[in-house]
Amino acid sequence: MKEVINLPVKNIEEEEYHINMGPQHPSTHGVLRLVVSLQGEIVKSLKPHCGYIHRGIEKMCEKDTYPQIIHLTDRMDYLSAHINNHAVCLLVEKALEVEVPERVKYIRTIIDELNRIASHQLWWCSFGMDMGGLTCFFYGLRDREKILDIFEESFGSRLLHSYYTPGGLMMDIHPNFQKGVKDFIKYFRKKIKDYDDILTGNIIMQERTKGIGVLTKEDAISYGVIGPSGRASGFSCDVRKHHPYGVYDKADFREILGNDGDTFTRYLMRMHEMRESMKIIEQLIDNIPAGDYTAKMKAVIKLPAGEYYQRVEAARGELGVYVVSDGNKTPYRMKFRSPNFSNLSALDHISRGVKIADLVAIGGSLDYVIPDIDR
Amino acid sequence: MDNATLKERILGLVPDAEFQENKQFLTFIIPPARMLDLAVALKTETDLAFDFLFCLSGVDMIKFLEVVYHFESTIHKHQLALKVRVADRENGSVETVSNIWRTAEFHEREIYDLLGIRFNNHPDLRRIFLEEDWKGHPLRKDYVDEVNIVEL
Repeated sequence: MKEVINLPVKNIEEEEYHINMGPQHPSTHGVLRLVVSLQGEIVKSLKPHCGYIHRGIEKMCEKDTYPQIIHLTDRMDYLSAHINNHAVCLLVEKALEVEVPERVKYIRTIIDELNRIASHQLWWCSFGMDMGGLTCFFYGLRDREKILDIFEESFGSRLLHSYYTPGGLMMDIHPNFQKGVKDFIKYFRKKIKDYDDILTGNIIMQERTKGIGVLTKEDAISYGVIGPSGRASGFSCDVRKHHPYGVYDKADFREILGNDGDTFTRYLMRMHEMRESMKIIEQLIDNIPAGDYTAKMKAVIKLPAGEYYQRVEAARGELGVYVVSDGNKTPYRMKFRSPNFSNLSALDHISRGVKIADLVAIGGSLDYVIPDIDR
Repeated sequence: MDNATLKERILGLVPDAEFQENKQFLTFIIPPARMLDLAVALKTETDLAFDFLFCLSGVDMIKFLEVVYHFESTIHKHQLALKVRVADRENGSVETVSNIWRTAEFHEREIYDLLGIRFNNHPDLRRIFLEEDWKGHPLRKDYVDEVNIVEL
């Protein structure tokens, strides 16, 4: 006679269990592992495990000179490489009290904004894809290609540019740069309407994102959730407004603030930001003054002993660079306060009680770039 | 609040705080035992209202380890930097502020991982980037990089 094994029947709705999302999960956009504790399909809590792509950039910086460090910052948030470069350049210029030419400030600001649009385009395509809309991916990448072409023409690289140097730029912009940017703005003003038609107004997308993953303003400040994700909760944290650098003080643009702090508002913030970025570029592109593309710098850059801090607004939020210098050509200690790292810390808090499928949408709306978290 | 008033206010709260010259931020060195009380006051007192901890770093100064806090008030827009020094390199610890500013939870884990400063009463003090069985703390100046990962 066959032996009957009496296994205790467990109710999956009541028992808590864990699953690993990642490190190789498409929705984490890189190598991030989320250990999700579930009851049924409701997320009870979540523990992010980072470090899969930790390269010790802060340690490497202690061995490198400042112009070399610029190349490392590209590899942190590779989607806002120019803005990361800008942070280090501004820090060195501030420490040495170098006044960079106006031309440099204009070009840097325009390129930062182009970089922000390119980054948000890639976010938009991957967000759409996370929600199941593969069309978005092709549309977003098609338009991002136009910006990368402009970048390639002017500085020869498409992703990791290292175009800014302390004191100025690596080389002058290509003669076609201004025309290329203007053509792009004209093109993208039309195309961004398609983005709204495809995804923003899509009822399935709205149902899946409205009221999901709500972050209050107090929590956003406490968790240090910054950038478009923080502004969706009403936390006014735009470094371009509060601590202007470049020529942002000469441009007329709005800091977009939301109220609800849910996934849909975080989505809307970035859509509005792309339009604001285009507005900034339009105001500056025709007014680039003539002049040198770099200030005169010494061959060996040594920062005076002391501490320096520089904040810039990267595509995902405020990037802070903290340097302790002992007067040598390499920093004594260099710390990057990366936006994604703090944004990730709030993920556990905002995803409690949502369904596991919504976790993908929340993750997409926080727009994390893993090399920036792990550094 | 301007920096002169803020300086008076901080010295009123912690009389033995040591003022440090800094071009950018009003900077104080706080005795470790006084940090938690001061942190609570910074967050809760309405005229200070330092609700945004925008950077939390650790530095190895060889004679001591240092934790650097950068605060900003989103209401009053003033900024402040505080430093806490840990003399004991092996078992030195600082009181956690992660229950006051939630962002500190990850940043303190990072400092523990890379510099080996312990944070008392931290809810989940584990290494964040390196593996659990990693020996040593790489950002310390006396760390020996045996496999020569960094120097190439």
